[in-house]
Amino acid sequence: MTAFNGNTTKTGSAALATPVLSLGRRYWRDRLMLGLLASSTILVLVPLFIVIAYVVVQGIGALNWDFFTQELGSPTRAHTGQPTGLVHTIIGTLVVDSMALIIAVPLGIGAGVMLAEYPDHRLNPLLRLLNDTLNGMPAILKGMLAFALIVKPMGTFSGLAGAVALTFVMLPIIARATESALDIIPWSIREAGLALGLPRWRVILSTIIPAAKVGLVTGILIAFARAAGEAAPLLFTSFGNNYLPSRWTGWLFGPVDTLPQRLYSLAISPYKQWHEMGWAAGIVLLVMVILLFITARVTVRRA
Amino acid sequence: MHNQESTAAGRHAETAPAATDIRMETRKLSVFYGDTAGVNDVSLSMYNKKITALIGPSGCGKTTFLRSLNRMHDLTRGARVTGQALLDGSDIYAPKVDPVTVRRRVGMVFQKPTPFPTMSIYDNVVAGLKLVGIRNRAVLDEVAEKALRGAALWDEVKDRLKAPGGGISGGQQQRLSIARALAVEPEVLLMDEPTSSLDPQSTIRIEELMSELKKQVTIVIVTHNMQQASRISDYTAFFYVGDLVEFNPTAKMFTNPNQKRTEEYITGRFG
Ligand SMILES: Nc1ncnc2c1ncn2[C@@H]1O[C@H](COP(=O)(O)OP(=O)(O)OP(=O)(O)O)[C@@H](O)[C@H]1O
Ligand SMILES: [Mg+2]
Repeated sequence: MTAFNGNTTKTGSAALATPVLSLGRRYWRDRLMLGLLASSTILVLVPLFIVIAYVVVQGIGALNWDFFTQELGSPTRAHTGQPTGLVHTIIGTLVVDSMALIIAVPLGIGAGVMLAEYPDHRLNPLLRLLNDTLNGMPAILKGMLAFALIVKPMGTFSGLAGAVALTFVMLPIIARATESALDIIPWSIREAGLALGLPRWRVILSTIIPAAKVGLVTGILIAFARAAGEAAPLLFTSFGNNYLPSRWTGWLFGPVDTLPQRLYSLAISPYKQWHEMGWAAGIVLLVMVILLFITARVTVRRA
Repeated sequence: MHNQESTAAGRHAETAPAATDIRMETRKLSVFYGDTAGVNDVSLSMYNKKITALIGPSGCGKTTFLRSLNRMHDLTRGARVTGQALLDGSDIYAPKVDPVTVRRRVGMVFQKPTPFPTMSIYDNVVAGLKLVGIRNRAVLDEVAEKALRGAALWDEVKDRLKAPGGGISGGQQQRLSIARALAVEPEVLLMDEPTSSLDPQSTIRIEELMSELKKQVTIVIVTHNMQQASRISDYTAFFYVGDLVEFNPTAKMFTNPNQKRTEEYITGRFG
């Protein structure tokens, strides 16, 4: 053992060519790097907290019972102190975002599986091109695409059109996350499944996707967070609405209010009360996204 | 090379059992990785309910040959198989054959343990059955216990069948992989150095298992352990750089091989 140790030290230093740092210098270098990393982390986090704190301070005053139970109505309501709120916006956001998720998750995962598991399939170059195009397309154009595909034929703005526009936001993110999550699963696991006489799709469904679950959920979350904050794709798809729809079908087939788009229109309105409600809408959006992240993390860890 | 092959073939005609006892057989089977052959024109018979051992130095194509027997090369990019591999007389590489059906009949244990990481020990063992639609709990329980006992793992895991399959030792994972392959009751079992990561006790248990399985199953095993090959196998095939150098009953191979190179390898003078 001693001979072995002596040997490595000798050949080790010769092979490295550069002289080995003394322990003291190594220690300080380590400290320095750690310090640099810590301060850059703080540098990144501080503005984030400032933004959150600012939003909360500005909007907290408008967060009252009415805010969560009343529809917005006309600006006079806010002026004259009549009850006004964003209940229709909150529900609309939940409806449009969940519809988008319901469409985007299976399609996105399907595309990711296709790209990762069947790289030689002849449709894959086309799929990759579509995905990359969608990924690079500005959000406003995704809105126009949904406008052309859904709003035009239906002849009306609708929650459904908004959901389709948000699907275009989520799809490429989910597909890429799925592809890279599947790529890191060792090939040997697929072979083990195949050797049991299982068809390829069975192996993917029962062994590969569960093994990649954390990566998939993370991808879905990132996609959702991105989409939930987008106003641009919704401006001429779900469009916005100051009122609750009169029938439940209105959520799907009529114009629907959503938080980012409402936040935008409240912010550019000339009314002081509406500005405050805009900040409050920001708080609600933040809380929604954070809650979603926490529940998803917890469920992934449990399973 | 052709000379050697014909000698080997000639010899084996003298000593081999009747042709009807052949369970699997390759005819001029070659496997190419790109342009280089990993296995070259190999014609080899694997007899029904016998153990055939594949021996030879590292990189000589044992794994490559073994994988060609249940079409595992289908999904290896750049790998190409030529020639024939007959299972009960019909070519598994014929155009209309579904590789999934082939693999149901010809099971495989890999060189490295490959438990499904997200499944419990129990679910790992019954994965092959469950995924083809067998759901009867009693049946699954029985198969799981039998397979785990066969793989010499039952006593170690019977109290934690619900624990994750990736959370046991490497040797236990290998025995789990063996149990999983047994559970689907293949007709032919391909084993690639199944005991190389196991301790002597488990190795002996696995060897006993193979002798037991032989009553129903045809086994092809790759091994670097000459004692193991001579202990358990009925036939031995010696590979060298992609060629089948010699194939004979194990007793003959280890006492009086036809080829000088076989003798040198078996006695440890090269390889
Ligand atoms: N996927 C692959 N792509 C390219 N070449 C390969 C591949 N797999 C194996 N080979 C080559 O084919 C030859 C045979 O390899 P194989 O794995 O069959 O050897 P082996 O006899 O099983 O060796 P060992 O005893 O070390 O497991 C080697 O030269 C190897 O480098
Ligand atoms: Mg090998």
